[in-house]
Amino acid sequence: MQIYLPIAEISVNAYLLLGLGGLVGFLSGMFGVGGGFLLTPMLFFIGIPPAVAVATEANQIVASSFSGVLAHLRRRTVDIKMGIVLQTGGLLGAGLGIQIFNSLKAMGQVDLLVKLSYVVFLGIVGGLMFIESVRALMKSRGGAPMPTRRRHNWVHALPFKMKFRASGLYISAIPPLMIGVVVGILAAIMGVGGGFIMVPAMIYILGMPTKVVVGTSLFQIIVTTAFTTMMHATTNHTVDIALALLLLTGGVIGAQLGTRVGLKMRAEQLRVLLAMMVLGVCIKLGLDLLLEPSEPYSIGPGGH
Amino acid sequence: MTRFTALIVALFATVFLPAGAARAESLVAGLSQNAVQITATFVGSEILIFGAIKRDAPIPEGDMGVIVTVEGPSEPITVRRKEKRMGIWVNTDAVEVSSAPTFYAIATTGPFHDLVSENVDKLLHISIPASIKIYDRSQVEDPENFAEAVRRIREKSGLYKLDEGGVTLRENTLFDARIELPANLTEGTYETRIFLTRGGKVVTETVSSIDVHKVGLERWLYKLAHEQAVLYGLMSLAIAVAAGWGASTFFRVFFNS
Repeated sequence: MQIYLPIAEISVNAYLLLGLGGLVGFLSGMFGVGGGFLLTPMLFFIGIPPAVAVATEANQIVASSFSGVLAHLRRRTVDIKMGIVLQTGGLLGAGLGIQIFNSLKAMGQVDLLVKLSYVVFLGIVGGLMFIESVRALMKSRGGAPMPTRRRHNWVHALPFKMKFRASGLYISAIPPLMIGVVVGILAAIMGVGGGFIMVPAMIYILGMPTKVVVGTSLFQIIVTTAFTTMMHATTNHTVDIALALLLLTGGVIGAQLGTRVGLKMRAEQLRVLLAMMVLGVCIKLGLDLLLEPSEPYSIGPGGH
Repeated sequence: MTRFTALIVALFATVFLPAGAARAESLVAGLSQNAVQITATFVGSEILIFGAIKRDAPIPEGDMGVIVTVEGPSEPITVRRKEKRMGIWVNTDAVEVSSAPTFYAIATTGPFHDLVSENVDKLLHISIPASIKIYDRSQVEDPENFAEAVRRIREKSGLYKLDEGGVTLRENTLFDARIELPANLTEGTYETRIFLTRGGKVVTETVSSIDVHKVGLERWLYKLAHEQAVLYGLMSLAIAVAAGWGASTFFRVFFNS
C-alpha cells in the first residue's frame, strides 16, 4: 500500500515502514538505545530527504521509548532518579556540544577528525565490552560462581553521594552527571542520540545492573528526543506526522516485544549482543569513511 | 544602444526562423489535465500532451521536429563532492547551483541534438543540462561536473527524463506525447512547453501550465506544520505518547504480561 507523505513529499510503501519501525523498536526495547543509527541510513535509502528523516525519527523514538519504559516501569527496572541526573548532564552537554560543533566547523577539516575519533572510540568500547561479556558468559557456563564486579572504584570516592534505590547504588552524583555531559556533547556533534554510549557507560562506569540500565536509558531518551522533535517542528518544519505514524505504530509494538525478550535473557548475553551492535555501528561508520562512495556527489538544500 | 538592438535582432535570427516562415506554421495544443491533485494515496500521474501544427502554406523545407517539456518549480541547491583525504572520504568542494528544476521531462520526435542546435538550447534552456543554472562559476575549477552530477542523480531517481522518440508525429501534423509524473512530486506550477523546430532552429513555441497541489488531509497537515508549528509539534508528541501507552496497555491486557 503506497502512501504519499505530506512533508517528505514522496510516496512510500506503508508496510515497509511499519516493519522498519518494528525492527528498530525491538532493538530499542531490548537494549535501551534509540535506534536512530539504524533508521537514518534506511530512510535515506528509501528516498526520504535527510532533514525530514532525522526530525521524524526523533518523534518515532519518543513513542518506542515511551512504550518500552512503561513495560520496564511495571517490572521496576527504571531508575528514575538516575535518569534525571543523567538527563541534566545530557542537556548541559548538548548545549556545550553545539558550541563545540560550531567552532570545529569554523576550523575546517576538524569534522573529519571528529568522525575518525568517534569510530575509534566506538571500536574500543565495543571491543572491550565484547571481551568482558564473552568471558563472563563462559565463566557462568563453566559453572564457576560469578564474581561480583568490583563495587568500589574511584566512582565511590567522590562527594555529593546520592541513593539510587532502583540500581542499588549509593554513589556520588558527579559521575552520572559527567557521563550525561559527555554523551550530550557527542550526540550534538555526531547528530546521534548516543544511547549506545550511554548504556555501556552506565554498566561499566557506574556499575548499574544491566537490566535497570535499559529502562533508565529509555527514560532519559524520551526527554531528549521530545525536545529534538519540538525543535525540528518549530524551526525547520521537517517532522512528517504521516511518516512518524507509520514508523511508530511498528515501533511501539517492537519495543514491547524487545523489552520482554531482553528481560528473559541473562545479563551477560544481553551485553554480548549489545557489544556486537556497538561494533556493528563502528564498522558501518568506518566503512562509510574508507570505501569509495558509488556516487561522490550529493545534493542538499540551497543557501547556507 | 542601436548596436545592442542589432545584436538582439541578430541573436533572435539565429534562434528563430525569419518571421515569414514562423507565421506559416503555428501550434495548437492541449493537455489531458491541467491540474494534478496529490492525495494520501497519490502514486504518480500521466499527462497526455497532444496537438496539431497549423499551416497557411505548403510544408516548408528542412527536417522538422517537435519537443515537449514539462518543468517543475525550480529551486537553488547545494551540490557537494566527496574526495579522499588522508585515506578517508569526506565532503570537500561544494557548489551553489542557482536554480535547478525539481522535475524535468523532455519528449522529442528524434535525437535531441538533431532537432535544436547548441546555441538555441543555451538561449531557450530546453535540454536538461541547460536548465541547471550555475551563475557563479568561480566556486570550483569544474562547475560542469557538479551540474552533470545533478542531472545524473535526478535522472536516477526518475525526476529528470529525456525520452527521445517519445513524441509521436502523424502526417507531419498531429502529435502527442505521454509524460509520467512520478510519486515524489513537489507542489507548484509545472510549465509545459512545446517547440516546433526546423533545421536546428525553433519555428514556434507554445506554453501552458499544470497546477500540482496537495488536497485534503495532505494539504491540512502541510499547512499546519508550517503555520501552526508549535501545535503541530505538540500533536506529533501527543500521538507518540498515546501510541506508546496504547501498545503497553494492549500487551498487558491481551497477553497478560
